[in-house]
Amino acid sequence: MVFESLADKLQQTFKKLRGRGKLSEGDVADALKEVRLALLEADVNFKVVKDLIAKIKERAIGQEVLESLTPAQHVIKIVNEELANLMGGTQSRIVIASKPPTVVMLVGLQGAGKTTTAGKLANHLKRQGKRPLLVAGDIYRPAAIKQLQVLGEQLDIPVFTLGDKERPVDIAKKAVEQALSMARDIIIIDTAGRLHINEELMQELKSIKQTVRPHEILLVVDAMTGQDAVTVAEAFNNDLGIDGIILTKLDGDARGGAALSVKAVTGKPIKFAGMGEKLDALEPFHPDRMASRILGM
Amino acid sequence: VGYAKIDDELLDDLEAVLLSADVGVPTTSVLLNDIRKGIKGKEINSPDDLRPFLRTKISDMLQNGSGVLTLTEQPPTVILVVGVNGVGKTTTIGKLANYYRQEGHNVIVAAADTFRAAAIDQLEIWGNRVGVDVIKHSEGSDPAAVAFDAVQAAKARKADVLIIDTAGRLHTKTNLMEELKKISRVANREIPGAPHETLLVLDATTGQNAISQAKFFSDTVFVSGVVLTKLDGTAKGGVIVAIGNELGIPVKWVGVGEGVNDLRPFAAAEFAAALFADK
Ligand SMILES: Nc1nc2c(ncn2[C@@H]2O[C@H](COP(=O)(O)OP(=O)(O)OP(=O)(O)O)[C@@H](O)[C@H]2O)c(=O)[nH]1
Ligand SMILES: Nc1nc2c(ncn2[C@@H]2O[C@H](COP(=O)(O)OP(=O)(O)OP(=O)(O)O)[C@@H](O)[C@H]2O)c(=O)[nH]1
Ligand SMILES: [K+]
Ligand SMILES: [Mg+2]
Ligand SMILES: [Mg+2]
Repeated sequence: MVFESLADKLQQTFKKLRGRGKLSEGDVADALKEVRLALLEADVNFKVVKDLIAKIKERAIGQEVLESLTPAQHVIKIVNEELANLMGGTQSRIVIASKPPTVVMLVGLQGAGKTTTAGKLANHLKRQGKRPLLVAGDIYRPAAIKQLQVLGEQLDIPVFTLGDKERPVDIAKKAVEQALSMARDIIIIDTAGRLHINEELMQELKSIKQTVRPHEILLVVDAMTGQDAVTVAEAFNNDLGIDGIILTKLDGDARGGAALSVKAVTGKPIKFAGMGEKLDALEPFHPDRMASRILGM
Repeated sequence: VGYAKIDDELLDDLEAVLLSADVGVPTTSVLLNDIRKGIKGKEINSPDDLRPFLRTKISDMLQNGSGVLTLTEQPPTVILVVGVNGVGKTTTIGKLANYYRQEGHNVIVAAADTFRAAAIDQLEIWGNRVGVDVIKHSEGSDPAAVAFDAVQAAKARKADVLIIDTAGRLHTKTNLMEELKKISRVANREIPGAPHETLLVLDATTGQNAISQAKFFSDTVFVSGVVLTKLDGTAKGGVIVAIGNELGIPVKWVGVGEGVNDLRPFAAAEFAAALFADK
C-alpha cells in the first residue's frame, strides 16, 4: 500500500539521519521532502503542508541543530513538536454553562456523523452525571428524526421533536424553553447536513445561533476528508463561528490529515474522536497520537 | 519558443492544482512526468497546450469501461450498493430507483442495512417518494436474509431491477466485509450472474483513503463501478483519477445533490475539465 511504503520510507529516512554524525543542510532538506510526501499522503492540506515544512526547516537548519551531538534526533523532535503544536492540547471538555441548560449544537457536511455523535455525546455526558436532552433539528433528511429517536431510546435519553414541519430555529427555541421543565441541564441539537456554500442553510444555522446562543457549536468532520477540509472548516468558522471540532470515523485506516488542516485554519480545538458506530465509541482526542498517525508512524 | 516558458513555476502550479483536487502524490507524479515527456516529444509547445494535454491524460485514466449498465435479457438485473459510512448509498439508491423507474422499468429496493438506526425507514421514505416497493425485515435482522427475500420477491413480481442497500462499513472491518460477501453470494445462488452490478459509492469529499476503500471493497466483492457523490460541493473528487489509474475501476454515476434527480452519468472529459475549473 502507498501509505505503508511511505511510512516505511519515512522511518528509513529518519534512521538514515540518525545513523549520521553530522548533517548537512541538504540531508535535512531531503528528509523534509519525505515528511512533505507523508503529510500529503495523509491528506493534510497542501497549503498547510507548505507552511509547516517551512517552519520546520527554519528551526532545523539552524546551527544549533546541525552542530549538536545528535542532529537527527533533533530534526525528528522538531517535526513531532511542530505537528503536535499545530494540533493543540487535549481539551475534551464541553463548556458547562453557569446557568443551565448548556446548549450544544452539532453542525457539518452531509454524512459526517452528526446524528450518531449527538447520541455519543449525550451518552458521554450522561455518564458524567448530566441530564441531556437530544433535539431533533434536522427536518430535511429522510428519517433523520427517527434515527435520533432510536438512539435516544437505546440510551434512555429523551428526544425533543416538533416533527418536520416546524422551522429548526423554532424547534431549538422551544427545546431550550422546555429543557428546564423536563429537568434537563444540557441540550444537544442535531442539525441537518449541509454544504458550506449553501447560503440558505447556512443562514438557518446563524438564526439558530442568534436565537438560542449555544455555548458550544461543534463542527463534525469525517477523518477521511481530503483537501476540501480546510475550505469547509473555514466557511463554517467564518460564517457561524465554531467552538471546537469532533473528528469521526477514526476507527478505520484513514491517516486523518484533515485533523491537522482544520485545526490549522480555524485554530479551534479538536475535542473528541469518533472511534466507531456504537454509542460508546467517543474518545478524548490525543494530539500527540494523531501526529504520529498522520506521519504514518 | 514555448518550451522556455514552461518553467518549473508553471509545473509547480499544476502540481498544486492536482494535489489540491485530491489526485494524490503518485498519480500527480505520473501526470507531471507525462508532461515532461510531452514537452520533449513536442506534443506540448506552449503553456496553453498544458491544460488540454492534462485533461486528455486524465480522461484516459478515467475512461475505461465507464457507461451505464445494460439490463440483463432475463430479468431481474440485480444491483448491489456498497461503501463506507455516510457516503450516500441509500440516497443514491433512491435516485437510481427513480432513474430506472423513469425509464419504464419495474424496480424493487431491498433494505439490507439492518444495522444503522432508522436506515430502513430512510429507504422506505425514498421508496414512497419514487414509487417503488421496498423489501424489509426488522432492525437487527440478518442482511443476507433480506437479500434472499428480495431476490424471491423480484422474481415473483417480475421486477426488472432489484437494488440492494447495505449498511455503511469501514473496509478494514473484516467481519463486516465477510457479511457483504454473503449477501452477494445469496443473490448469486438465486440468480446466476447476480449481482450484475456492484456499485462502490465514494464521497467526493474523501481524500486518499478512497484508494484504500476501493482496494478493500474490490478485494471482497467484484466492484463493477463507482458512484462519486457530493460533487455539488467544493471538493473535486480527484482521488478517482488515482483509482482509475491504479485500479482501473470505472466511474458510472455522479451525485450532485440530495434531490431525486441529482444523479448524472459520469462524463470523464467534463470531470477532467472541472478539476482546473477555477484556476
Ligand atoms: N465507523 C464509524 N462510523 C461512524 C462514526 N460516526 C458515525 N458513523 C457512521 O457514519 C454514518 C453517518 O452518520 P450520521 O450520524 O447519520 O451522519 P450525519 O452527519 O448525521 O448525516 P446527515 O444527517 O445525513 O448529514 C452512519 O453510518 C454512522 O453509523 C465513527 O466514528 N466511526
Ligand atoms: N450534497 C449532497 N449530499 C448528498 C449526496 N448524496 C447523498 N447526500 C447526503 O449525504 C448524507 C448521507 O447519505 P446516505 O444516503 O444516508 O448515506 P449512506 O451511505 O447510505 O449512509 P450509511 O447508510 O449511514 O452508511 C445524507 O444527508 C444525504 O442527503 C450528494 O450527491 N450531494
Ligand atoms: K462523509
Ligand atoms: Mg444526521
Ligand atoms: Mg444508508
